[in-house]
Amino acid sequence: MPDTISPPGLTASNASLRAYLHGLPGVDEVGAAQRAAGLATRSIKTTAKAQAIDLAIRMVDLTTLEGADTPGKVRALAAKAVHPDPADPSVPRVAAVCVYSDRVAIAVEALRGSGVAVASVATAFPAGRAPLEAKLADTRQAVADGAAEIDMVIDRGAFLSGDYLKVYEEITAVKEACGDAHLKVILETGELVTYDNVRRASWLAMHAGADFIKTSTGKVSPAATLPVVLVMLEAVRDFRAATGRRIGVKPAGGIRTTKDAVRNLVLVNEVAGADWLDPAYFRIGASSLLNDLLMQRTKLATGVYGGPDYYTLD
Amino acid sequence: MADDIFTYAPAPESRSVVRLRSSYGLFIDGAFADPAEGRSLKTVNPADEEVLAEVAVAGEADVDRAVAAARRAYETVWGPMPGAERAKYLFRIARILQERSRELAVLESLDNGKPIKETRDVDLPLVAAHFFYYAGWADKLGHAGLGADPRPLGVAAQVIPWNFPLLMLAWKIAPALATGNTVVLKPAETTPLSALVFAEICQEAELPPGVVNIVTGAGETGRALVAHGGVDKVAFTGSTEVGKEIARTVAGTRKRVTLELGGKGANIVYDDAALDQAVEGIVTGIFFNQGHVCCAGSRLLVQESVAEDVLERLKRRISTLRMGDPLDKNTDIGAINSAAQLDKIRELSGIGDDEGAQRWTAPCELPSRGYWFPPTVFTGVTQAHRIAREEIFGPVLSVLTFRTPAEAVEKANNTPFGLSAGVWTEKGSRMLWTANRLRAGVIWSNTFNKFDPTSPFGGYKESGYGREGGRHGLEGYIRG
Repeated sequence: MPDTISPPGLTASNASLRAYLHGLPGVDEVGAAQRAAGLATRSIKTTAKAQAIDLAIRMVDLTTLEGADTPGKVRALAAKAVHPDPADPSVPRVAAVCVYSDRVAIAVEALRGSGVAVASVATAFPAGRAPLEAKLADTRQAVADGAAEIDMVIDRGAFLSGDYLKVYEEITAVKEACGDAHLKVILETGELVTYDNVRRASWLAMHAGADFIKTSTGKVSPAATLPVVLVMLEAVRDFRAATGRRIGVKPAGGIRTTKDAVRNLVLVNEVAGADWLDPAYFRIGASSLLNDLLMQRTKLATGVYGGPDYYTLD
Repeated sequence: MADDIFTYAPAPESRSVVRLRSSYGLFIDGAFADPAEGRSLKTVNPADEEVLAEVAVAGEADVDRAVAAARRAYETVWGPMPGAERAKYLFRIARILQERSRELAVLESLDNGKPIKETRDVDLPLVAAHFFYYAGWADKLGHAGLGADPRPLGVAAQVIPWNFPLLMLAWKIAPALATGNTVVLKPAETTPLSALVFAEICQEAELPPGVVNIVTGAGETGRALVAHGGVDKVAFTGSTEVGKEIARTVAGTRKRVTLELGGKGANIVYDDAALDQAVEGIVTGIFFNQGHVCCAGSRLLVQESVAEDVLERLKRRISTLRMGDPLDKNTDIGAINSAAQLDKIRELSGIGDDEGAQRWTAPCELPSRGYWFPPTVFTGVTQAHRIAREEIFGPVLSVLTFRTPAEAVEKANNTPFGLSAGVWTEKGSRMLWTANRLRAGVIWSNTFNKFDPTSPFGGYKESGYGREGGRHGLEGYIRG
């Protein structure tokens, strides 16, 4: 798909991309951390907490990305995604199940008709160190098997060496291979290190056709820290103002508690705006988070904290 | 639509931690006492105009008693006491302040109108930090670069404002006590309550009677204290107008004076600044504590090439500020401290309209009771406008533009004040170039309204003289 919203000549060369990305306003690290810490002190209680928990559950991309993932494990996760709490049918289903590409077919089968999407990591996840052909083949296979969403990784080595054009072209190529599937572009912010890099990589991915920008693979620490999510939310907010296109954000990795999730929602609400409080535009990549959300949900509704034995492992 | 998805429910901090008495006396010589003339004033909660307590008004006789008690304590106990012993009392006070910080934070929000978020996260931690910091100096004064054997001055008369009631008390009392002086302090008439709880803390810490005396009252009480012949040192924080009056009163006497007065701080945003963080700094600079901050960044100087972008980001950000109940943990902007202050803000804002500046106000609903003023931005302001020259002391920002660094510095310095300034640029050399040329006591680099007990604070020109905080803060209480 031709890029119609980027400035003309943006991708003519590495030099033009560099001039554009380095012309974006910088990010002051101390200030960004301070703003994120300030928003983390918001007190979300009672009805607001109940709203936040249900919203967070609906935004979860329930994830299993292990070498040990078996068909049985994927089916179990799929069942959990549709009925997170078998004892309480009022709990909404999660947004998607996220698996490796060779497990897509099993997940699709298990989730047919449930309303839960199947997302697949692709492009030599998590390192991204493979020939482009292999990455594209990985993507096509996942799409052919029924994945509605593709979570790709960028080539951090290329980005850090200043080869922005290579990163851009890989994203556009994967986007093309995605067809109708939504593309989430994983920046692996823990390897980009600076917030300036996070902002530049966000804009690069958005111009290259990302539907979502995602913080991390979950395999590198630090992952989805609040300041990183803040910088990415500022990026999607400003990108919409500049181009009219609304891009989603997906923090992944390190979000384990209800408190973490609520803090992310506060950030979305106050930085990007309430328009982004929607599973179509904000996702949380997580596995253990879901049970904590369920426990807090029950606690809020009944006053009793059940403990982990009352919730399914997956 | 989205409001139904995620709306912050009220999250009020409980008032039950505060035990308010219906009336308070004066704290003189280690005990609470009724004033000689039996007069009192009422202190109200500016968020709902409810009366919180009655507080004694100290007359000349009371001030006289307080100064005499301070003199006695200075000569018999506190002056001769070794620094290491004085330090123990200050450390003890600091720890009690921490232990009672929740109570004090709630009380301060009730009496002042500022949000609990600020009293809890800014005022109270800084209050304790000041006592800890100066406690550490008490036995090391010979190493402060102020002579081999620095001596205290004697009795300090201290008059403080209503914008940071307990923090200003800490700024005044901690260095005075660390250096061996005794004090008579007068809190502002609209915010006396935290100083009176501090008096209780002095009792709890078993501070010797007379070392700290608190006399409440209005301007008349302050005048009697400052003019009292038994006072060796006057320390004042407040308006430039009153500061000038104090300077005239003490001229020709032996009294040493430090004055921390008004300001009209410039916040300079260059075109290469980290814009989102600069916007945060602008918001913090002018809306922190409802703009009741002497070092507020009340003049935004923004480079023309990014002015439109910055203003758009700024207005969007201001629209997310949450105004309302100061005790709600999610409140960003609380109440204006008094009806008189609200009138002054309204008057000066009205003058801004009359002079042709364009007013923009945050879209927020004002509570029906109490004193409230919404966050306000004036654009199209020039150096000649009164809202660019006079201190408004409220949530009102004046926006001016500049073309070159030289013009930014010229405009920033073109004011009778010189208390604070902020500079926003990602370029280190420009930061240093600008900071070197600004005539202000504190210059914040890519931040604003950051305070630390180790850092000296004070003004140039009509913003006063003397420094508080840091090693420099000892100087005002020491005979070299």
